[in-house]
Amino acid sequence: MVTINIDGQELEAKEESTILEVASENGIYIPTLCYHENLAPYGACRLCCVEILKGGRSQIVASCLYPVEEGLEVKTSSPLVINNRKMIMELLLARCSQNEVIRKLASEMGVKQPPFKSEYLEDEDCILCGLCVRTCEEIVDRSAISLVNRGVNREVAPPFLEPSADCIGCGSCAYVCPTGAIKMDDKDGTREVYARNWKKEFKLKKCKVCGNYWAPEEQLEYIRKKLNLPADFFDVCPNCK
Amino acid sequence: MRKIKSLQDLEAFRNSIAEKRKVGKPCIAICSGAGCLALGCRGIIDATIKEIERQKLKAKVDIKTTGCPGFCEQGPLVIIYPQNILYTHVKVEDVVDIISKTVINGETVDRLLYTDPTTGRKFIHESEIPFYKKQKRLLLGNNSNIDPNSIEDYLALGGYSALAKALFEMTPEQVTEEVKKSGLRGRGGGGFPAGRKWESCHNAPGEPKYVIANCDEGDPGAFMDRALTEGNPHNVLEGLIIAAYAIGSHEGYIYVRNEYPVAVENATIAIKQAEELGFLGKDILGSGFDFTVRINRGGGAFVCGESTALMASLEGKVGEPRAKYIHTVERGLWDKPSNLNNVETLANVPLIINKGADWFRTIGTEGSKGTKIFSLVGKVNNTGLVEVPMGMTLREVIYDIGGGIKEGKRFRGVQTGGPSGGVIPESMLDMPVDFDELTKAGSMMGSGAMIVMDEDTCMVDTAKYFLTFLEEESCGKCVPCREGVKRMRQILDDVTEGKGEEKDIELLERIAETLKDTSLCALGTTAANPVLSTLRYFKDEYEAHIKQKKCPAGVCKALIQYYIIDENCVGCRLCEKACPVEAITFMGKKKPVVLDQSKCINCGICKDVCKLEAVGVK
Repeated sequence: MVTINIDGQELEAKEESTILEVASENGIYIPTLCYHENLAPYGACRLCCVEILKGGRSQIVASCLYPVEEGLEVKTSSPLVINNRKMIMELLLARCSQNEVIRKLASEMGVKQPPFKSEYLEDEDCILCGLCVRTCEEIVDRSAISLVNRGVNREVAPPFLEPSADCIGCGSCAYVCPTGAIKMDDKDGTREVYARNWKKEFKLKKCKVCGNYWAPEEQLEYIRKKLNLPADFFDVCPNCK
Repeated sequence: MRKIKSLQDLEAFRNSIAEKRKVGKPCIAICSGAGCLALGCRGIIDATIKEIERQKLKAKVDIKTTGCPGFCEQGPLVIIYPQNILYTHVKVEDVVDIISKTVINGETVDRLLYTDPTTGRKFIHESEIPFYKKQKRLLLGNNSNIDPNSIEDYLALGGYSALAKALFEMTPEQVTEEVKKSGLRGRGGGGFPAGRKWESCHNAPGEPKYVIANCDEGDPGAFMDRALTEGNPHNVLEGLIIAAYAIGSHEGYIYVRNEYPVAVENATIAIKQAEELGFLGKDILGSGFDFTVRINRGGGAFVCGESTALMASLEGKVGEPRAKYIHTVERGLWDKPSNLNNVETLANVPLIINKGADWFRTIGTEGSKGTKIFSLVGKVNNTGLVEVPMGMTLREVIYDIGGGIKEGKRFRGVQTGGPSGGVIPESMLDMPVDFDELTKAGSMMGSGAMIVMDEDTCMVDTAKYFLTFLEEESCGKCVPCREGVKRMRQILDDVTEGKGEEKDIELLERIAETLKDTSLCALGTTAANPVLSTLRYFKDEYEAHIKQKKCPAGVCKALIQYYIIDENCVGCRLCEKACPVEAITFMGKKKPVVLDQSKCINCGICKDVCKLEAVGVK
């Protein structure tokens, strides 16, 4: 265990844990957009930046990635942190000028309008946090989507923007997306998982007992094969079992 | 070839090479570096081989293709040994004269000698030419003596003696200590002390350890790592093997961008030769030390020169950086301790081992030891690669070595450190060039690109150019770099188009601060430098664009107007014919033409074709 100081509070922390983990365990709020506790930290949104003092020198670091060390002093809302976070939010708001989640978060930070000319503002939903891509890879183990292209052309996409053969329609990407850029709709025995530039449709399985559609056939088949379950295992939905 | 299995073997082999070369045949050395290749040296090589055969001189004269000696402006370059005569701007037609007159009769061909553009004086030997005189070419000097594909050439000049010394006379710790003591700092941009990096990697827990040579040079206008890897690959390789020995690594990589096909080829050949002779592989020179090297070709992304992105790329992943809160010397390639050095850093290592840290420390400044290779490009008379001791002033580099500004124009600024560096103004020309001074001036050493700009350069446009480059080359992972650079570029688009507002300068500064503070990697944290440095030294230009809607340098098309200077115009019709939009009307012989502003698209062709300076810009 090491002792660190966050915003004046002396805190005990496990070695190898990050500033963000220690802060959230102790109820200290640090805003994040690309962090998820079940995924490896990524450090793309930079919203979780904090100021650390080390050997008398101040430095801004991404709290989701910075490992704690004995005697570390952290400020989560110093003027330097607030100014940087505000600019990051202004940049995100300029990209996603109509997105409700981003607008709300920006407004909470006191950002009403991005400081850029209105003709340059964009109407994107995706902030390229990579949560969907990392979930599909790290949790679902399918890697059906990835981040393609570089810089301002970067986007989340299945290979060649065609319905991915590896996608099983589990919808984890839509679930984890913080801004609603990936969506999932179930209707009339069909599931659609889609974003602005790609879409895949799935046939849903009908429960032999209640007649309800309850999960994509591809997903059930994937699980059945992976766990070596009998062919009729998913004929009945969990509610009727 | 027989494997060399001991120190005695190596010296015997070296002696046998010297014995073979005792005869001292005349040699025609033709530069086949990147610049001379582009200027057509292949044709000269072919013509020389043909002429030698025609004159039945094959047994009497050697032909050698060498690496880049740096004077690219004057290429194709040919040097005749043993007299050491340098011929410049050589054409295929000159080959017969070179062989008949110089090689056979020992006469110099005057028309091919370098002529100083200011004094008109002709020079026979390289060393007398002002371009070379002030240089200290510890690394580049051998390029014109070595065929990069001949390990014997390298051995003849004492190659691999530093490796032998390290392996047989020094412990790994002593090697590291020597490099630490030398004060050698990383030449790739960061300037981190190389010896300390080696020590950290050596001490980091975990096996295997990796050593990597970074030859992913991506700065516009920079080609020094290219010249070293293409021209003297064994020098780089020897440095890498010594680094591996010091660190305790048995596997290494040379990461070269695929846009450097000659570097890839020459390094590949060098590795093969070194393996055959026993400088690489198992039990190197019988010392018991094992080390293998592989080449990894990069896809040409600027960001892959950054250590973590380079390592991701080496692992076969997308070349994107990661946070370096845990250093790569502890967890780098495949999460193992990894030491990455720039090619130029490694090329210094054999010198330090051979001549000692104390000797190396005599060159350079207090904080920056040794020499640095700069690629001197832009509006300077002598473009090319220059190697100078650290601490030489910018004025000496640009005026004494570079021969001053082209066409006698006025110096305006010099961009050092590549796209993420900064522009240094005329008032700071007497600044000594080293790592710390450049950083203090708001720029950086970077890999050593020096782009000289004259009075016709608009600094806002320059900042926009570099931001456009960085916008394209940003990997896009983190928000400040991806979004911030784009917004800054948009603001500069507006400023250069006369749509800038007074609040734009403050906004640029705010975005720049966030880029510097919060970006994930050094590409992002330094991306604002071109804007910050031009704002610092050329704020008046920004203000002229924003407030007066004028581009003082006459570059930004939306803010300038071409006009005919009536007293200079004789109605020769050159501009009338060249104008793509028929905006110029001929009014009769010896009468000035008339330019219709409502049709003019500001392309500037009229000004370019006019021989009488009768077209002005305001």
